[in-house]
Amino acid sequence: MNGIRVILYKNIMTSAELALEAKKIRKTILTLISKTNSSHVGSCFSIVDILTILYHNILSISSPVDPNRDIFILSKGHAAVALYTALASRGFISPEILESYAQNGSSLAGHVVGGSAPGIEATAGSLGHGLSLLAGFALANKDNNRNFYCLLGDGECNEGSVWEAASFCNQFKLNKVTAIIDCNKQQSLGYTADIMDMRNMAERWSVFGWETIEVDGHNYDELQKALVHSHSRRDSSKPLAIIARTIKGKGVSWMEDKIDWHYKSPTAEQLQTAITEIDSI
Amino acid sequence: MRNTIINAIHTAAKTNKDIIFLTGDLGYSVVEQFQAELPNQIINCGIAEQNMVGVAAGLALAGKKVFVYSIVPFATMRCFEQIRVDVCYQNLDVTIIGVGGGFAYGTLGTTHFGLEDLALMRSLPNMKIIAPADPLEAAQLFDQVLNIKGPWYIRLNRGGEKVISEGALSAQIGAGSILKKGSQAIIFSIGNITEVALEAATILEKEGISAEVIHLHTLKPLDNDIIKDRARTRKAIVTLEEHTINGGLGSAISEVLAENGLAVAFHRLGVEDQYFSFIGKQDFLRSKAGLSVESVVETIKKLCQ
Repeated sequence: MNGIRVILYKNIMTSAELALEAKKIRKTILTLISKTNSSHVGSCFSIVDILTILYHNILSISSPVDPNRDIFILSKGHAAVALYTALASRGFISPEILESYAQNGSSLAGHVVGGSAPGIEATAGSLGHGLSLLAGFALANKDNNRNFYCLLGDGECNEGSVWEAASFCNQFKLNKVTAIIDCNKQQSLGYTADIMDMRNMAERWSVFGWETIEVDGHNYDELQKALVHSHSRRDSSKPLAIIARTIKGKGVSWMEDKIDWHYKSPTAEQLQTAITEIDSI
Repeated sequence: MRNTIINAIHTAAKTNKDIIFLTGDLGYSVVEQFQAELPNQIINCGIAEQNMVGVAAGLALAGKKVFVYSIVPFATMRCFEQIRVDVCYQNLDVTIIGVGGGFAYGTLGTTHFGLEDLALMRSLPNMKIIAPADPLEAAQLFDQVLNIKGPWYIRLNRGGEKVISEGALSAQIGAGSILKKGSQAIIFSIGNITEVALEAATILEKEGISAEVIHLHTLKPLDNDIIKDRARTRKAIVTLEEHTINGGLGSAISEVLAENGLAVAFHRLGVEDQYFSFIGKQDFLRSKAGLSVESVVETIKKLCQ
């Protein structure tokens, strides 16, 4: 662990602070999606807690153009609004740019585009691309202290290219690569177990040569412990997979575990109800 | 051509540590010296082309200059979407090298034919495309490719090609190379099959028809000026490519002619819209596909009547 990390840990948010920040992020996401009649609120909400802790406590990014910054790639690119909002929460994207999301002529699309706003490292949206890109990044930086993170969906792991990349990271001992698998148990048309069974996710990554940790993807203590572990495993030859058990739509009771919210946009009335619920928790 | 390009990358990599060469587990008897001398700059990505192109893009995002090597269908078609999204959309410094263009691997069967690559690569914004005719041209063009950033596709034959461009001026990216002068008809060709165009022009000359051969080694950006000029000054144009008739050189030239209102006797020679139920050596399959010297001669004679 280098000196910069030690200083960073002194300034990390507590679980209570993270929870408060995540609430703000969820409300902003809801508002943006409702206003633009766009989709994927469920996919965003399952990763809000992961993104909040990554951007506030884990990723070493003094600025989005810092040449020594850690790299984060959102491979499940359809959760773009969650990333934009997390970047705004960290201060990398201005409120004005965030407001342009899904407007005519905006660079902030429904799926992330590399370089479209500060802090967005790579293009994603077609699933199964992100981990390969991250592997290339990590391969080019084998001899320094940077860390590399990729967030994938469990449905995304249907894609064969994910497993090509998993094999590659193991083969080239990319121990600074951490894949976080958002296991919200649903994909486009229903439960992943019914469509293309991705259960035993940890076992799958383990068989591909990765160290695996399973966590509750909404529990900050568990996330913090697993992600801090990603910093301190220079002696390991293995990449790290964090299997995060999550709930699609987490944060609004009537959205949770409902595939409808992969598509639907909350009405103005639903938006108010949802915000009231988030504020009351 | 294959050895020429790989040796050129190897040489450049000695002084430019940012050059990385990725292979999809191919290059037997071609990459060993590179591997022995610069093991950190050549990476065998295994038989996993989608990941290989994604890794190439990641390396390029991290500031590397990356070359990706495989057989044409696996270098361009298996991983087309990674080339589209990861490389071209992000406009990265990645060069895709496809070996075995056209029927170069003819006896290996249809899976190994490279007949749709030019159309696919041509459809991608930011992508630039060359298909050298011989090792000499490959070396001349590659020197320029090395210094022009962004995505490239280099279509090669298999190896052991004879040099046919020694009489021409040094090949320039984006400019047609005049390999044989002629005043009546013109053959625009691309890639190694240019050797067929040259033989046809020699036969035609003996029969009293003066046919020019211009190698349009750069499919993108295409030398529109030379196409327009020849359409205005020659009686007939034939295009020749070892590629499907759909979407390659012939299509590209048709677009230039139509959009500039240039009416000229015109015929495209390429592989018709079909699969083959048989295999064979490159020359055999070229003949079966109507891409033989005789086909070119007959086509031009008809157009010049």
